[in-house]
Amino acid sequence: MAKQMHDTPNLDQLEDGPWPSFVTGLKELAKDKDYVVDLLGQLEESYKTRKGYWKGGTVGVFGYGGGVIPRFTELKNEDGTPKFKDAAEFHTLRIMPPAGMHYDTATLRQFCDIWDRHGSGLIAFHGQSGDIMFQGATTENVQKAFDELNEMGFDLGGAGPAVRTSMSCVGAARCEQSCYDEAKTHRAVINTFLDDIHRPSLPYKFKFKFSGCPNDCMNSVQRADMAVIGTWRDNIRTDEALAKTWFAKHGMDELVNDIVARCPTKTFQVKELKKIKTGEHISTVAVSDTHGIEINNQDCVRCMHCINVMTGALAPGNDKGATVLVGGKSHLKIGGLMGTVVIPFIKLDTDENLEKLVDFAQRTIDFFAENALEHERTGEMIERIGLANFLDAMELDVDPAMVNSPRMNPYVRTDGWDDEVAKINAKKQSA
Amino acid sequence: MNQAVQAAAPAAKRKPKETGVPDNKKFLHPSLEKNYGNWKYHDRPRPGVLHHVSHSGDQVWSVRAGTQRQMDIYTIRKLCDIADTFAEGRVRFTIRSNIEFIVSDESKVAPLITELESNGFPVGGTGNSVTMIAHTQGWLHCDIPGTDASGVVKALMDELYDEFRREEMPNRVHLSTSCCEINCGGQADIAIIVQHTKPPVINHDLVANVCERPTVVARCPVAAIRPAMVNGKPSLEIDESKCMCCGACYPPCPPMQINDPENSKLAIWVGGKNSNARGKPTFMKMVASGLPNNAPRWPEVADAVKNIISVYKEDARPWERMADWIDRIGWPRFFEKTGLPFTKYLIDDWRGSRANLNASTHIRF
Repeated sequence: MAKQMHDTPNLDQLEDGPWPSFVTGLKELAKDKDYVVDLLGQLEESYKTRKGYWKGGTVGVFGYGGGVIPRFTELKNEDGTPKFKDAAEFHTLRIMPPAGMHYDTATLRQFCDIWDRHGSGLIAFHGQSGDIMFQGATTENVQKAFDELNEMGFDLGGAGPAVRTSMSCVGAARCEQSCYDEAKTHRAVINTFLDDIHRPSLPYKFKFKFSGCPNDCMNSVQRADMAVIGTWRDNIRTDEALAKTWFAKHGMDELVNDIVARCPTKTFQVKELKKIKTGEHISTVAVSDTHGIEINNQDCVRCMHCINVMTGALAPGNDKGATVLVGGKSHLKIGGLMGTVVIPFIKLDTDENLEKLVDFAQRTIDFFAENALEHERTGEMIERIGLANFLDAMELDVDPAMVNSPRMNPYVRTDGWDDEVAKINAKKQSA
Repeated sequence: MNQAVQAAAPAAKRKPKETGVPDNKKFLHPSLEKNYGNWKYHDRPRPGVLHHVSHSGDQVWSVRAGTQRQMDIYTIRKLCDIADTFAEGRVRFTIRSNIEFIVSDESKVAPLITELESNGFPVGGTGNSVTMIAHTQGWLHCDIPGTDASGVVKALMDELYDEFRREEMPNRVHLSTSCCEINCGGQADIAIIVQHTKPPVINHDLVANVCERPTVVARCPVAAIRPAMVNGKPSLEIDESKCMCCGACYPPCPPMQINDPENSKLAIWVGGKNSNARGKPTFMKMVASGLPNNAPRWPEVADAVKNIISVYKEDARPWERMADWIDRIGWPRFFEKTGLPFTKYLIDDWRGSRANLNASTHIRF
């Protein structure tokens, strides 16, 4: 039995309503833990005053420089002692999950037991960077908890100016849209940078995210310094039985209004069967005895919409791989940036091809470490130096797939033009 | 590590095993491992359930349920009990903190749903539903929060509970909340983000000891901060005519307090989309601000969000995400239909903003 609860009239109101309540959960924990009784006390104070009361500090585990988020209370009595003394230290351990966030219950139960012994008993699945967040341990218990989690085969994630914990979608494990082995790629890339995760020494954070198809379920284009998004080069595959099943259920109105009208390049057409063309770059499939679909894949931007609507009837091609985009980030400091294409297509089907991605990631991190200013993200660095300079340093060939349009102003010095044309021609001839 | 702790640590320190990301193969549901990379298609037999069919003929049903994300160990053990009974002892989590139970026997789906819902876990969040809100730490754990995270989400999800359990939206609706303008919650169809309205209040007694002043000066996006001597102490001062109250100076310099119980407001943003489906990915746009930080249940925010969702639900066509819908109807109609005031603060004047102005006569009347 823990000590008596503080009054929490504000938090109590978050126990009403049908959605699962974290307050109810905290109160369950508080029955046995003075730690959580005082956590609720401090949180209630925040609800009353609308202010936060945690400050950072320096807490870590032996051998690593990051991965623990230290929190010390700032709610003090006049004599300087903490107002809620049992929750004066409330540090979080960031632990990297398995790719795709799959677990067996034995592992989850072991997490619970460890966190019952050494922490508050509060675990978040998952933080915004993808970590399992073991929330709330005293300075003394951080090492004990880490040692036990580490012995289970789990490792700390990133924090501060470091390579951060990554995320990948469910992908090949359960999704027909998967265009590469997301989990294997995720692991191969991230485990190359463990030193940069555990010992923060970069100009600022660097995030990788892995999505298996252009639906980008990991939101990588907007959040990742390097986004690896699955795609394919050949034709959309078709399945006539599933196409006819879909059409029988949904009909011509939905086919026209929900798919034809929404194809961003209008390459998706519905035609009478006798008018459908065939060819090297054309996918076709009958949806009824009279009508069918014709897609010219050279005009398709692999947006996924028709495949999402008619899953199985249409599917990504066989020549799969990924597009790599660099420089995504949120607001601070210059405004949100999307990642931009730097590798239009890379195969990831063999260890050798995977190694090429890892090598590119390594060279990008090295360049970032040497050239970014303090607290500058990769996208800001590229904005400062220009994409062409970044590509040059990465030894990547320029490609019109990297731009929305060519330049719209004359403010560029072009006296190297003939040399660049000669280089491009020489490369073409040697290919 | 602080001195006291180092002194207390045992002499023989355990070296970490630098194992990194664990292999996920041993955690996969047996059918997922067997059919890895070999899935053919999926459909959704009912809200909250995905049905995947493999080229091998194997089928799995994934039942998705909402959680509070910040979970106590009793809740996690309860979810484990359910997984052991119905789902061969395996679960996975989605990016939005929903939990998924995977079963290879269709007859287990209905009893699993009953078990989850009777234990208070709503089943839903699939397809064209309003799914769980991506969120941050807030007052519970963050060192710079303008508001709470879990509490805002709990209050809102109570209001959106039915829409989580149904698939009645034109397309999926992703929501996020962020307790400061750094926006850790991320891009979403609808996002709720703290918007400060007053410059930071500086405790000049502390700045010299706590803050690395050149770092703080460099952090300001509008160069409004400069070193100054105040009351004989080295400190920092702010050009308040330049300051746009973003709070970027607060993390590196806590004596520059940006959070204020009254003046830290909440803004609503719409139309963020990360998928490449149909149009290219989009950033969200601010459409409302000035909402009060009204803990513990934020009713003004809930009303504003529900209003936008209900107009979108009524007006958008099938498969239109928030951004697609606004693309079709145009911004004037968006503000007209939602009744939200279009103020001068919504005209972008940040770098690159001219690209956001209408340089045409394309106007819907």
